[in-house]
Amino acid sequence: MIRIENLTRIYDRTPVVNDVSLTVGAGQIAALVGTSGSGKTTLLRMINRLVEPTSGRIWIGETDAATIAPHLLRRRIGYAIQGHGLFPHRTVGQNIATVPRLLGWSAPEIAARVEELLHLFQLDPAQFRDRMPHELSGGQQQRVGVARALAARPEVLLMDEPFGALDPVIRARAQGDLREIQRRLGTTLVIVTHDMEEAVTLGDRIAVMDKGRLLQYGPPAEILTRPATDFVQALIGTGERPFRLLSLTRVADIREDGTCDGPAVSPESSLRDALAACLWHGRDCLPVEGGGIVTLTALRARAEGARAEAMATAGEGAQSKAPQTGGAAQ
Amino acid sequence: MIARLMVLAMAVFLVAFLVTPESFAGLFRPLTRNNAPAIYTQTGLLSLTLSHLWLVALAVTASTVTAVGLGVLVTRPAGREFLPLARTVTSVGQTFPPVAVLALAVPAMGFGAGPTLVALFLYGLLPIFENTLTALSTLPPSVVEAARGMGLTRRQQLWQVELPLALPVILAGVRLSTVISLATATIGSTVAARTLGEVIIAGLLSANTAFVVQGGLIVGLIAILIYEGFQLAEKAAARRIGLAPQH
Ligand SMILES: Nc1ncnc2c1ncn2[C@@H]1O[C@H](COP(=O)(O)OP(=O)(O)OP(=O)(O)O)[C@@H](O)[C@H]1O
Ligand SMILES: [Mg+2]
Repeated sequence: MIRIENLTRIYDRTPVVNDVSLTVGAGQIAALVGTSGSGKTTLLRMINRLVEPTSGRIWIGETDAATIAPHLLRRRIGYAIQGHGLFPHRTVGQNIATVPRLLGWSAPEIAARVEELLHLFQLDPAQFRDRMPHELSGGQQQRVGVARALAARPEVLLMDEPFGALDPVIRARAQGDLREIQRRLGTTLVIVTHDMEEAVTLGDRIAVMDKGRLLQYGPPAEILTRPATDFVQALIGTGERPFRLLSLTRVADIREDGTCDGPAVSPESSLRDALAACLWHGRDCLPVEGGGIVTLTALRARAEGARAEAMATAGEGAQSKAPQTGGAAQ
Repeated sequence: MIARLMVLAMAVFLVAFLVTPESFAGLFRPLTRNNAPAIYTQTGLLSLTLSHLWLVALAVTASTVTAVGLGVLVTRPAGREFLPLARTVTSVGQTFPPVAVLALAVPAMGFGAGPTLVALFLYGLLPIFENTLTALSTLPPSVVEAARGMGLTRRQQLWQVELPLALPVILAGVRLSTVISLATATIGSTVAARTLGEVIIAGLLSANTAFVVQGGLIVGLIAILIYEGFQLAEKAAARRIGLAPQH
């Protein structure tokens, strides 16, 4: 768990992060979004004290981050950045072993952990352990970067645009893998992105920042249907909103009994994919793998339900400008 | 390939010449007049060469330790304010003529190897310092950030990440200093340091071109060989960090 209280960082008398408070529950993913220069990276780097806060507090679990030496704090927190930052003079195995080595793990323990992580990230240890970083593809380098960040089983993982440099296909896969691994390990994750799509796919909660302030912090559905300010609304992109909403729900959740023709969709795929399939194949309904169907009517009802909710919020928007929802959610 | 063979041939020639100089007398005879000796025998050429190399090695080692130390110091947050001072000291060391250093150092240190060591040491600082500075201040930011973020202490960052990555460029600086010092060390013989300059000076005093040529030839060949050796080391270091293509 990460708890941030009234965190502020001032550079040259300008607050770059301004009185931000939020809590990321254990095992949850918080996605930090906002325009360039809004203070996302600075906020993230204050969590492992690469930047010292001007004021405010950070709790990692039960520990006040200010009370331990920065380098010891950082060994407890995984950190992965854009451009991976792999040590070019160390092999893949040595890179992954960095923090365990700093923590004084025994050689067999380290070797076993490296092996385990390479498997987890679908890199054959025999083939990759002794390669140098420049002998890997961009996607592989990025995976090794995340594996390195997870090596010492940190309870908290910080990622700053880790997928920024990847092409869309590899990127989607990396996101899926990350989500699955994070669920399996129960890691608390804060990920900075300026891709709303990524935030919606990955985040249990989304934090929207602008000019150093936290404008809204809540589950994706809430951010999409009840944006707290015009800025949040603009960031979501109104045109994309129905599709983003549909991408939050799985086909399995609106499956109906019945049969119909056409190519089957996976129950794990999103409503957005199902809608795309219906439109592409020109059908009102499609079968779901493993039984049942998904209908265009149901899909539309979902999207409209979301719209109704959004309109209701627009009406009450005058009274509650910035609902600070989810602030203490676990 | 041809370049390698040439370097190899030079090495073989140099060793043969140093071990049995007399057998090359025929080669230098045309450069002498009035039956003057073709090979310098006052002091053994091999022993002079070794003493010359030893002097250069000592001076370059001292320059390297000092210049790399300064480079590290001024790239730390606490030492940044010393950058202008370090720049001035190393530049003056380079621009002040070694002959003048000798002249100034002899009254203080007496004749012998001492003044030459000082002159070479000062002369060799600049290239190593500048290269260390460049290398340490142009490291890939994401790698440095990652090293901090993983929880390496400052000392660990320096020894485990920064210096290994800076090594190829630092080595290039050491290479320049070494080659300059090899040539410059010859003037040490004017103040009684035992270097190959002795052969050249003897040639000048007795108007024996053969001596001048063989002194210069040995220094030149050693310089080329050391230059090549350093370049191999730099390439190996660069390949390790993925800067040069693997083959
Ligand atoms: N060391 C520093 N000194 C002065 N100003 C800084 C420093 N670091 C960041 N800033 C300023 O703080 C602001 C926020 O920077 P930050 O890197 O946190 O933004 P960001 O939201 O991560 O942006 P991006 O999406 O472009 O990465 C910027 O205006 C930046 O110029
Ligand atoms: Mg950033």
